Amino acid sequence: MSLLDYFRSNKNNTAQLAKERLQIIVAHERGQRAGPDYLPELRNDILQVIRKYVEISPEQVTVQLEQKGSNLSVLELNVMLPEDNK
Amino acid sequence: MARIIVVTSGKGGVGKTTTSAAIGTGLAQAGKKTVIVDFDIGLRNLDLIMGCERRVVYDFVNVINEEANLNQALIKDKRIENLYILPASQTRDKDALTKEGVEKVLNDLAERFDYIVCDSPAGIEKGAMMALYFADEAIITSNPEVSSVRDSDRIIGMLSSKSRRAEQGLEPIVEHLLITRYSPKRVNTGDMLSVEDINDILAVKLLGVIPESQAVLKASNSGEPVILDSESDAGMAYQDAVDRLLGESREFRFIQEEKKGLLSRIFGG
Repeated sequence: MSLLDYFRSNKNNTAQLAKERLQIIVAHERGQRAGPDYLPELRNDILQVIRKYVEISPEQVTVQLEQKGSNLSVLELNVMLPEDNK
Repeated sequence: MARIIVVTSGKGGVGKTTTSAAIGTGLAQAGKKTVIVDFDIGLRNLDLIMGCERRVVYDFVNVINEEANLNQALIKDKRIENLYILPASQTRDKDALTKEGVEKVLNDLAERFDYIVCDSPAGIEKGAMMALYFADEAIITSNPEVSSVRDSDRIIGMLSSKSRRAEQGLEPIVEHLLITRYSPKRVNTGDMLSVEDINDILAVKLLGVIPESQAVLKASNSGEPVILDSESDAGMAYQDAVDRLLGESREFRFIQEEKKGLLSRIFGG
């Protein structure tokens, strides 16, 4: 690394940014991959039902299937409702 | 029993065919009877990279459809003993590759060869799935670049869920990571993901790091697998990868920036 690069690089280290973005998206996609194929659709359906009553965005609903032991799976549903919606 | 190695990546243009040609050639040079099979139906290119494009008469799909036998379709390399190529068909029929057909051809090849190198097409369509389905080992080819690394992760997921070994509950496919077009200089300036960064994300055992090199384009221009350019950095890096694949231990070269003089160190360039 040259001296000039040294001063440039800290400000503008795009590789670090790339790594952080990748870690997040890859972890997210691995999570989805682990579940059954119907999970995204299930999540959408639940979102639609909730939207009949409250306006929420897709990020506010998380659906996760967790394997607990060999014959028990837990479907975890997490809905964040907006505060000012009364 | 033959080892079936798939060269795969998800993303296109990262160097699957270059890698298939180099690794296959290297294995044959090491005395292993090797065939490289082009799974990119409709977009055949292994023949060009191997320099045997004028010698293609019959292809993979002809053999599956029993319009030709293996002996007629296999092309013997003129440079290297023990090396054969099975070219892809240029048909536009997407369903040309059937699981049964591919299995039969691979079984026949397994009787005659030590290594079967499957050059996968890009994407996650049928051709790519067929190329990885029967694999014993996988070389996941990736560039130090976000979209390529993400797609590699996707393919790694498929190797562990959609392959024959996964479906039948056998020993999982042995995975190897091969990073291509690596530039230590750009890594040092913070413009490129490093080997460690990619390893942190994908967590696959590193088989090789091929530097960005003029030799690769020169090799494909002339239809010579780049590993035959044994003076070149890329050629040496591929040779190291082949040696590691065969169980030798080799230091990783070309991952550090070359030492430069004091002036260029201060002023860059």
